[in-house]
Amino acid sequence: MTETSAHQEDMSWQRETSLLGVWVFLLTEVLFFGGLFTGYAVYRSGYPDIFSEASRHLNVLLGTVNTAVLLTSSLTMAFAVASAQEGKRRPLLIYLFLTIALGLVFLGIKSTEYHHKFVEKLIPGAHFSYSGLSTREVQLFFSFYFVMTGLHALHMIAGIGVLAVLAFLVWRKKLDPSRNALVEGTGLYWHFVDVVWIFLFPLFYLIGLRA
Amino acid sequence: MSSAAITKKTYVAVYAALMILVLVTVGVAYLDLGLLNVVAAMTIAFFKAILVALYFMHVRTSSRLVWVVAGAGVYWLVILLALTMSDFLTRAWITIPTF
Repeated sequence: MTETSAHQEDMSWQRETSLLGVWVFLLTEVLFFGGLFTGYAVYRSGYPDIFSEASRHLNVLLGTVNTAVLLTSSLTMAFAVASAQEGKRRPLLIYLFLTIALGLVFLGIKSTEYHHKFVEKLIPGAHFSYSGLSTREVQLFFSFYFVMTGLHALHMIAGIGVLAVLAFLVWRKKLDPSRNALVEGTGLYWHFVDVVWIFLFPLFYLIGLRA
Repeated sequence: MSSAAITKKTYVAVYAALMILVLVTVGVAYLDLGLLNVVAAMTIAFFKAILVALYFMHVRTSSRLVWVVAGAGVYWLVILLALTMSDFLTRAWITIPTF
């Protein structure tokens, strides 16, 4: 074995090890969100009609647009990872910025939705007000909605932060992304957060539309 | 194991499939299918998640170890959901005698 191929093998081991670390972290995230999804399933099965009624207060159009925005950000993230592996610095920076921008668009739309709920007094707590009968159960639905989409949004904010640091380091040439798995590992996390939304969207916005 | 095996063309194709599935899942939600609404929504979501994992997250071209870790995530989630729901969904099946 020549010197170079031994070195390359070492790099490939390092890359695989760091990515495996990200995967194990994502495993804990699956169970973290999994507990919430299970809680939601229990109460939705307990009050199917009231949860459906409550879910009709969400804006399907905004939810659909946000789903499209997030999926598009996953595409730009995948392109960023490909550019990093090919050692193409400029495309990498462009795709990182696009991913950050789309993440911010998602959060912007999400906060508009939160604002609507605030105006409609649908935020659980002392000022919650609902004209129908089952106030307690509707409040429960919105508790799940805010906790689960809120935690998802926090994950997005964290992801945007990491992407911003990566973009800064690449821009200042303090980081050669083709020599490590930083961009690829961040990509795994970003796509995972996308997968969480892929399940949140139908569960909160869609299932009750015709029930 | 090189993840460079997935080309940009594949990414775009996967993205197009995901966007079509978004439209399908929203469209199906407006049809009255009874219980099948939930089944359809979750099946489509599952397929979307599989597409993201296999292609965007490179599972398809990753080592067996990554397959085991990703599979373990699904497996534990299934245990969590299946055991919990098998309790809650069957509670009404029997009446508990009062003394």
